[in-house]
Amino acid sequence: MNNFDVSFILDSLPYLLKGLQFSLILTAVAFSCGIALGTILALLVHLRVPVLGLIAKTYVALIRSIPLIMVLFWFFFLVPLFLGWLSGASRPVPVGATWTAFITFALFEAAYYCEIIRVGLRAVPKGQFEAAAALSLNPCATYLHVILPQVFRATVPIILTQTIILFQDTSLVYVLSLTDLLGAASKLAQISGRLTEFYLTIALIYLVICFGASQLVWRLRKKTKLQ
Amino acid sequence: MLNQSDPILRLENIGKYYGRFQALADISLSVQIGEKIVICGPSGSGKSTLIRCVNRIEAHDSGRVIVAGHELTAKTRQISQIRQDVGMVFQSFNLFPHLTILQNCMLAPIKSRGLDRSDAEKIAQNLLSKVHIANQAHKYPAQLSGGQQQRAAIARALCMKPQLMLFDEPTSALDPEMVQEVLDTMAELASEGMTMLCVTHEMSFARQVADRVIFMADGRIVESSPTEEFFRNAQSERARSFLRRVDL
Repeated sequence: MNNFDVSFILDSLPYLLKGLQFSLILTAVAFSCGIALGTILALLVHLRVPVLGLIAKTYVALIRSIPLIMVLFWFFFLVPLFLGWLSGASRPVPVGATWTAFITFALFEAAYYCEIIRVGLRAVPKGQFEAAAALSLNPCATYLHVILPQVFRATVPIILTQTIILFQDTSLVYVLSLTDLLGAASKLAQISGRLTEFYLTIALIYLVICFGASQLVWRLRKKTKLQ
Repeated sequence: MLNQSDPILRLENIGKYYGRFQALADISLSVQIGEKIVICGPSGSGKSTLIRCVNRIEAHDSGRVIVAGHELTAKTRQISQIRQDVGMVFQSFNLFPHLTILQNCMLAPIKSRGLDRSDAEKIAQNLLSKVHIANQAHKYPAQLSGGQQQRAAIARALCMKPQLMLFDEPTSALDPEMVQEVLDTMAELASEGMTMLCVTHEMSFARQVADRVIFMADGRIVESSPTEEFFRNAQSERARSFLRRVDL
């Protein structure tokens, strides 16, 4: 520690920021796709759609009982084999690390967002559904304009908390040798031998971002409580 | 098309079960255009269930419900057609909390009647002035008093231009000092000729507004009489003892 050297960090800051950019993009994509897919899954379960509802329920239960890192590995190694078998090719069809990361995270997060939204749907008072029905709104308009906006409003703090966890979890793409924030740091650390400096720096970056986001969630929670 | 003399609503031998509990038994009722009917009776007598069967918020198990000449069946198109013609006001208001009062009033005319925004807004503003809350149009439901919220809910139902209005204990969830403003709004509506079916415990309102009072007990219509006759000379002992217990 006595020759702690910050100059390395400053020089490689652009590379670290590029890594951070990848982490943030992955978070954003997994968030948007996860929310969209999660909402659809939650509606299938909530509306007790025959067959599809059960499939959605099973999917969510399954994904939630497997560690994310395993899903990443499986997707990376097994889906190419499956695609190869499906297309009749003699060799596996590689998906690539980046695609694996984006698809896996979206599919994985969908299960968690689904649970949040499903609970939110159950919390909407029966009277809201009845009022929408009495006004002759069809089910599509009812969910789109009456029910889901209330669900999202009520669950924003929980959804954001889950998204902070998602942002931290994106560091797992390190196992696919992708250059996210952690990946960038570990590459630089190995090249330069300055492990302490780099890991401390990115810890600080993670801390600042996540702490800032938590503060935002905390404020939102206070605001919704006041309403 | 409907003749002036045809009933706007006809119920024929309606039956409704919750599991083995019979909520409605053999209910028959005919409502003429412009008629104001108050339904009263002890709690658990099936009053709310009855009017909720009119727009299929609850599905009846037997008998026929005919609204403006159309029979209510499980067919989605028929249900939504009938719901366009039947407005409903709930005990707990059920305004949409994430929309302003004006947006509450505009949503259904736009999404289910297919009106364009400016027409829907005009109608909504008009009806909000009619229930005396035009100045609250841009507030959210939570910012209004209970009485104002219920009047907004009445305006919201009226924006669909219904031919029949259902009121399900509209003042039961209100603080006492706000009951009258809602009843006044309803009386105003009645005086303009709206056909109304109203479940309420407000007997003075019934006396002032209703053409006919229906008294229910145990899922049956025990008595259906012109208002004056009901209050002066109820036929059944159950109705008489009910009237003795409610404040007049």
